[in-house]
Amino acid sequence: MTAPTPTAVSPGRAGWLLVLRDLRLGLRRPGEWLQPLVFFLVVTTLFPLATDPQMSRLRDMAPGALWVAALLSSLLALELLFREDGQDGSLEQLAVSGLPLSWLLLAKTCVHWLLTGLPLVLAAPIVATALGAPYAAIPGVLAALLLGSVTLSLIGAVGAGLTLGLRRGGVLLALLVLPLAVPVLIFGARATALAIALEPMAAPMYLLGAIAVLSATLAPLAAAAAVRISLE
Amino acid sequence: MNWIWFHRLGSPPHFFRIAGKMVPWFAWLAGIAAVTGLVGGLGLAPPDYQQGEGYRIIFVHVPAAVLSTLAYAVMASAAGVGLIWRMNVAHAVAASCAAVGAWFTLVALATGSLWGRPMWGTYWEWDPRLTSELVLLFLYLGYMGLRGAIDDTARADRASAVLALVGVINLPIIHYSVDWWNSLHQGHTLLKFGKASMPPSMLVPLLLMMLAFTLYFAAILLVRARGEVLRRERNARWISEAIGERP
Amino acid sequence: MTLLVADNLHLWRGELHVLRGLSFSVAAGRCLQVTGVNGAGKSTLLRALAGLLPLESGSVHWRGKDTRADHYAFHSELAWLSHGTALKGDLSAPENLRFSAGLRRQFTPADVDAALAHVGFPHSDGRLARQMSAGQQRRVALARVLLLDCALWLLDEPTSNLDTRGQDMFGQILSAHLERGGLAIIATHQALAVPAARLQGLELS
Repeated sequence: MTAPTPTAVSPGRAGWLLVLRDLRLGLRRPGEWLQPLVFFLVVTTLFPLATDPQMSRLRDMAPGALWVAALLSSLLALELLFREDGQDGSLEQLAVSGLPLSWLLLAKTCVHWLLTGLPLVLAAPIVATALGAPYAAIPGVLAALLLGSVTLSLIGAVGAGLTLGLRRGGVLLALLVLPLAVPVLIFGARATALAIALEPMAAPMYLLGAIAVLSATLAPLAAAAAVRISLE
Repeated sequence: MNWIWFHRLGSPPHFFRIAGKMVPWFAWLAGIAAVTGLVGGLGLAPPDYQQGEGYRIIFVHVPAAVLSTLAYAVMASAAGVGLIWRMNVAHAVAASCAAVGAWFTLVALATGSLWGRPMWGTYWEWDPRLTSELVLLFLYLGYMGLRGAIDDTARADRASAVLALVGVINLPIIHYSVDWWNSLHQGHTLLKFGKASMPPSMLVPLLLMMLAFTLYFAAILLVRARGEVLRRERNARWISEAIGERP
Repeated sequence: MTLLVADNLHLWRGELHVLRGLSFSVAAGRCLQVTGVNGAGKSTLLRALAGLLPLESGSVHWRGKDTRADHYAFHSELAWLSHGTALKGDLSAPENLRFSAGLRRQFTPADVDAALAHVGFPHSDGRLARQMSAGQQRRVALARVLLLDCALWLLDEPTSNLDTRGQDMFGQILSAHLERGGLAIIATHQALAVPAARLQGLELS
C-alpha cells in the first residue's frame, strides 16, 4: 500500500466543509441557536424595568446593559460549541484527522459566532434604540459589538475546550471566561458609549481590534491544546 | 550549556531533598527581613505629611499586591515548563502556587480596602489597582476551580497549565484596560506612590517588606510543593527511603 | 513489511498502571486482535496508539517514524473508530459521510453509495442518523472507515450492536482491507472472520 493517498483534502477545503456542516446542523435546529438571542433581548428588557425608564437615564446605562447582556448570552451559547461533538466522538475524529486541529476549531468557532454572535449584533440596533440611543449611533454600536462578539467567541472557545466533558462545566466555564473577557468588555462598552454620545470612537475600537487580532492568532492554538487534553 | 541541573530538578526525590534544605533558609531570612522591615516601617519611618499614620498599611499592602502578580507569573512559568518538558515536579509547583497567590491577592484587597476607609471615606473605591486585583482573584479562582473539577491529576495539570498560560498573556491586557478605563472616570489615584517622592526612611522598610514577602512566598511554595510531590508520588519507592533518613 | 512498531509501552489510567512494557509490531496485510477482560486496558491501548492519550514512556513508530514526532503524517493514514460513532443525528447517512469523511478525502456521491452498499446499509433514503438503530449507525460509521481509504484501521469494538449478518459483513470488508495490504488493530472479543495467517492476537491481562 502506498503512502499518503493522492486524494487528500486541503486544510482550506476541510475547514470550509466543517463550516457547511455546522451551518446545516444549526439551521436544522434553530431553537438551540436562537436561545442566546432571546436571552439577550430579555436581559436588556430587564434593565429599564429594574431602574428608571426615562430615556435620558437609560441612555447613560445603555452601553453597560448592552455589553453585559451580550457577554452573558455569548457565555450561554458557549456550552453548545463543543459539547455535542465531544459526546458523539466527532472531536476525536477531528483530532486524529491529520489536519491542524486549531484550524478546524477556528472553523467551528466561526460558525458558532455566525449562529449565536451575529444575531446579537443584528438585534443590537433595536435594543440600543429602545435604550435611548440616537439613530446616528447605530453604525458605531454595530461595529463595536461586531468586533467584540467575535473576540468573545474566540476567547470562549478556549474555556469551552477546557471544560469539555466536565461535570459542573457550565458555571466553571463562566468563571474561566469572564475574567478573560474584561478587556473586551471595557473597550467595547466604552466604544459604544462614545458612539451613543456621537463622539469619535477610534481609540477604543483600535484597542478592541488589537485584542481581536491577538485572540484570532492565539486562541485557536490554546483551544486545540485544551480540546486535546480534554479528549484524553 | 549544561542542562543537567534542570533535569535533576525534574526528578521528584531530588527536588524533595533540595527543597527541604532550602525551606529553613528562606523562612529564617523572611523572618529577619519582616522584623527589620516592620520596625523600620511602623517605628522609624515618619508619618506621611498628607495621610498621617494611615499610610503605614502600604508595608503590607504593596508587597502583597506585588506578590499576587508574581505568584501568577511563577505559576504560569512552572505550568509552561511542565507542559513543554512534561515535568511532573513543575506541575506540582504550579498547583502549589495558586492558593498562595490567591491568598496574597485577598490580603492585597483587604488591606487596600481598609486603607480606603481613611483615604476615600469608603471601604471600596473602583481604583484601578484594586479592580485589577479583583480580576486577578477571579483568575486564581478559575484556575483552582478547573483543577478541582478534573479528577485525573495528569489531565488537571495540563488543562490548568493551558489556562495559566492564557491567563498570563491576558494579565497585562487586563491591567492596561482597567487602567485605561479608570483614567476616563477618575483623574488620578491615591494609591499611586511615585518612587522619587518617597523618602528613604519609607522606601527602605518597604523594600525590606517586599523582600520578606518574596522569601516567605518561596518558603511556603516549597513546603506546599513538597507536600504535592509526596501526594503524587505516594506509591514510589524513594519516599520510604526519604522518610527513613529522618525518622 | 512491518509498518507499525510499538515498543515498551507503559500506560496509566489515572493511578492505575494498566499496561507494563508492551511491545508488538504489525506488518502490512495483517490484523492484530486485542483481547482481555474488561478494564484490562484495550481502549486505553488503542487510544494511546491513535495519539489521543499521551505516552508516559515507550514509543510507537509508523513507517519507521515516531508517530509523536510527526502525527500529521501518521494520522493522514489512520482510520479511527471508537465507541462514539461521530454521526450527527440531524444529518442523513450520505450527508454524514460527505462531511465527516469529506474533510479528509475527495470522493464522488457514487463512492458514498458504494461504501454504504459494502456495509449493507439498506438504502440511502433520507433518514436522519438519529432515526436509525444503533446497528445501522455502526454500519454507517464503518462506511466512513471504508471511505477514508487509510492504510491503518484502529477500531475499538467495531462490531458492537451488529447482528450476525453485520458481523459477516465486517469480516468481508476487513479481509478485503487486509488483502489490499492494509493493517488493522481491533479490540474485540468476537471472532474475526479473516484467514488465520493474517491474524495475530494480543491478550492483555
